[in-house]
Amino acid sequence: MIINTANLNLYYHKFQALKNVNMSIKRNLITGMIGPSGCGKSTLLRIFNRMNDLIEGVRITGSVLIDNDDIYAPVYDLILLRKRVGMVFQRPNAFPLSIFDNIAYGPRVWSISDKKTLTEIVERSLAAVDLFDDLKDDLRRPALSLSAEKQQRLCIARLLAVEPEILLMDEPCSALDPIATGKIEELMLDLKKKYTIIIVTHNMQQAARIADEVGFMLLGELVEFDTAKTVFTNPKDKRTFDYISGRFG
Amino acid sequence: MTFRIGPRTSQIIAYITLLVMTAITVIVLFFIIFYILKNGIGQLTLEFLTDRTRDMGREGGILPSILGTLFITIFAILIATPLGVGSAVYLVEYTKGGFIRRIISFGADCLAGVPSIIFGLFGFIFFVITMNLGWSILSGGLTLAVMILPTIIRTSEEAIKAVPYTYREISYSLGGGKLDTIVRVVLPSALPGILTGVILGIGRAVGETAAVIFTAGSSLGLPTSIFSSTRTLAVHFYILAREGISMPKAYGTAAVLIIIILAINFIAYRLMHRFIARYY
Repeated sequence: MIINTANLNLYYHKFQALKNVNMSIKRNLITGMIGPSGCGKSTLLRIFNRMNDLIEGVRITGSVLIDNDDIYAPVYDLILLRKRVGMVFQRPNAFPLSIFDNIAYGPRVWSISDKKTLTEIVERSLAAVDLFDDLKDDLRRPALSLSAEKQQRLCIARLLAVEPEILLMDEPCSALDPIATGKIEELMLDLKKKYTIIIVTHNMQQAARIADEVGFMLLGELVEFDTAKTVFTNPKDKRTFDYISGRFG
Repeated sequence: MTFRIGPRTSQIIAYITLLVMTAITVIVLFFIIFYILKNGIGQLTLEFLTDRTRDMGREGGILPSILGTLFITIFAILIATPLGVGSAVYLVEYTKGGFIRRIISFGADCLAGVPSIIFGLFGFIFFVITMNLGWSILSGGLTLAVMILPTIIRTSEEAIKAVPYTYREISYSLGGGKLDTIVRVVLPSALPGILTGVILGIGRAVGETAAVIFTAGSSLGLPTSIFSSTRTLAVHFYILAREGISMPKAYGTAAVLIIIILAINFIAYRLMHRFIARYY
């Protein structure tokens, strides 16, 4: 176990976006969160690196433990949490900086300024997402000149550069074509050897292809959470069955 | 039967109307530049640019005024840019778009519309007299800084607001604090917009007359320090023309002023495009 939530509730002002969520996420697995739009899966994802804190009017009750530490405890270092738990966003959004500066962003924030160390980190991170051979001579190129798939890889590399343990991915392939999606999925399967991955996806096939465990959410509730095989072949809840068989969503 | 204009005809009419409007604007602009250059270009010798002013401007060159203008402008920009950009960062990143921000933005808009002679009077009373800085490059520069501050604040504010919110989110998600985010992500992304504001400020400062005649004075000596009184190109031109000292020299000065402004804009836009090309 790496992440545990207990009786987790989240309110936007009066609206309750997460209802009593209890789940355990295991180390070095890919956990897929599925469900229709607005079911709260992205909100749940943003619980784990406390990105919801940036939104006004959010109130959270219950507990979220990572390695048995309550990440919402007042003494927990938020910056350190963000280092441990990294996030890949929906759209590939590189900063309008060079490829090098994009990846070096995190380490620089962490006060690494030695040129040689930075270069090593950048090269290692690029290699981890299979971009190094393509880009090794182009590190000064603007990152925004890359294709969408490469930009998304670059965003993952930018994240790996801060050496996180957990990767949160919020529909990382929704802006990519099927071939690029396949490549990013391969990358995720490769990354799970070293990292714990939680991926929110609209795409049930994607969850079936890559996730080890799957959570199905509906209207802020975690309806079912089990191994991918069980959820997709033998769901216990009727609502899960209706969703995966395409009755709604 | 009523007379109706078909969509095709109205398209053509709209096109021609807009074309004529644009043409009038461009023609007026080019006519002014052409007229000044035509009358002034004969004066533009190396001597005119590099010689001291003699006999109140009837003879000699305009080197003191060129230097005075450059010093005052540079001084004003050096003061107004950090202040303006800093205010804009505070307004956008720290005030959450509330009442204070609207008040300050409204104030800045009002200030931007205040006639420059008011700034001149303010500068005279405050910097020259009260702070006892005298007629000097310092007083003139400070006055111009106050005058162009609203422009820089407002353009920087818009540029910073236009930086996508996701950039900030990503920065936070990588462990960046607020300051890292502003310095390393927001400001570099907003830089082209901020530079536009600074260029507009430079343009206003270089050509300003009323605000500096009260604050920098009209001395024709070569400026030696920031406490020297100086006569900017625009003031020199104004005095030459108004007091009928020398119309040819006045046109020559005006031509230099216009060339300087064109050159600053040209260089600034080139720099900006180069900067943008580096990152986009």
